[in-house]
Amino acid sequence: MSDDLYQQAIMERAKGRVGAGRLANPTASATVDNPLCGDRITLDLSLSNGTIAAIGHHVRGCALCQASAAVIAAAAIGQTPDDALAGRNSLKSVLKGEAAAAPWTDLGIFAPVQRHKSRHDCVLLPFEALSQALAQAKT
Amino acid sequence: MTVAMPFDAAATRAQFPLLARSGLHYLDSGATSQMPQAVLDAVVRFETTSRANVLRSVHRLAEAATDAYEGARRDIAGYLNVADDEIVFTSGTTAGINLVARSFGDGLQPGDEIVVSLMEHHANFVPWQMLRDRHGIVLKILPLTGDGRLDLGALARTVTPRCRLIALTHASNVTGAVTDVAPVVAAARAVGAKVLLDGAQRLPHGPVDLKALDVDFYAFSSHKMFGPTGVGVLWARKALLEAMPPFLGGGEMIRTVTLERTIWADVPHKFEAGTPPIAQAVGLGAAVRWLRTLDWPSVSAHEMRLTQRLLDGLGQVKGTRVVGPTGLQGRIPVVSFDIDGAHPHDICQILDGYGVALRGGHHCAQPLMDHLGLAGTTRASLALYNNDADIDALLKGLDAAAMRLR
Repeated sequence: MSDDLYQQAIMERAKGRVGAGRLANPTASATVDNPLCGDRITLDLSLSNGTIAAIGHHVRGCALCQASAAVIAAAAIGQTPDDALAGRNSLKSVLKGEAAAAPWTDLGIFAPVQRHKSRHDCVLLPFEALSQALAQAKT
Repeated sequence: MTVAMPFDAAATRAQFPLLARSGLHYLDSGATSQMPQAVLDAVVRFETTSRANVLRSVHRLAEAATDAYEGARRDIAGYLNVADDEIVFTSGTTAGINLVARSFGDGLQPGDEIVVSLMEHHANFVPWQMLRDRHGIVLKILPLTGDGRLDLGALARTVTPRCRLIALTHASNVTGAVTDVAPVVAAARAVGAKVLLDGAQRLPHGPVDLKALDVDFYAFSSHKMFGPTGVGVLWARKALLEAMPPFLGGGEMIRTVTLERTIWADVPHKFEAGTPPIAQAVGLGAAVRWLRTLDWPSVSAHEMRLTQRLLDGLGQVKGTRVVGPTGLQGRIPVVSFDIDGAHPHDICQILDGYGVALRGGHHCAQPLMDHLGLAGTTRASLALYNNDADIDALLKGLDAAAMRLR
């Protein structure tokens, strides 16, 4: 049944749109497309004293992609780039049916996505943008 | 001669074993159609009685395989009202169009022009972009009208004396709009250009008389017209096929090979290098024979009645906009729509929970999506086996999805 994907926790994140909107002067930005569906996310981040100070995003995508971007925007503030990068591995663990590791425990809301392989990329797309933006910030 | 039987929608649906699955409402035939028992039987019969390679060995099995393969070619040619040796088996529409882009296209000169439209499937867009980048040809884009049809009024200013080919969809896989071919052919003939049609979406909805259409190339896929996957056809005029160099080299496409040179086989085998998809071609032949038994005016009336039911129902779903023509004139039963605040993949996922199989996304038509300002649409693509229950299940699920997602 597909309904499990649209449970309250995911829809609240998707509709809450934490971090929605572009940053005025980001340290780095990355735009990533999902070739399967045409979804696109642009993610901006600002670094300050070696940690993430702000995240903004513009998502043209599904509820899962929106929710994933919102989780990033809520959880990544104050993290070092390495901790933030660990978020993608944590999400991949969730998509294998394992628990989400701290400080990314919020990713546990995506546990139902595990059963829907065609939707894995929907939640991974914002993390791909985060990784690319962090790589860009390093250079 | 095949005598068409009166169309019985329920009896026709019953010929598709997969559709007997309880609670399934398959509305994704534009992606891949289901296969009737007659086609499944033909493939199994071939594999169990005649499986061998074709056009090679002299043993009886090989002769039976070649007979079945060439018989399919004859059946397909007859269905399209063209000659047998103008039918080239490919792996599908994409391969057929790439064949033309490579073989016919590589003969073009820098500055020559090819006209495509804004609503082409990537299969009829990317090969021409690649040709542009290889050979410096100019790619010109035919715009659309406000209701999502080709703007044929723009042909006069788009098609110049440097135009060598107009390559268009015969029916859009997104909007369902059917192309009015005659003005396109007239515009091409006026400047000595050829016309290619992507027939992938049009052929599942009734016979096409290629002689009457008077185009030069026509590509289509078996799996969208009730045949197996992995095979398709490129039709082209024999004189063109004879003038074009082969696309792929290898076995079966030669007459003789020496250390110095190779002499090509005659058409169409010149374009069928390697072992072809034999059982699949036999299946496509069976699909065409099956299609010939149908009373197409009745089938079309059935498809259009369901399309109207769908369009009426969509009009009742708040915030829904049909993308493309909203009437029945000049369309196939393919309907794309956008629902405010609801993403196509989320809609399709929720509808799957209702047993409704739809497609959401850009439908391999990203230039069109960019033009529309959309990431994607939700698409219901009907076939002759659909019924009222399929449409009603979709509409019921859409109401629920819209409520859930907004």
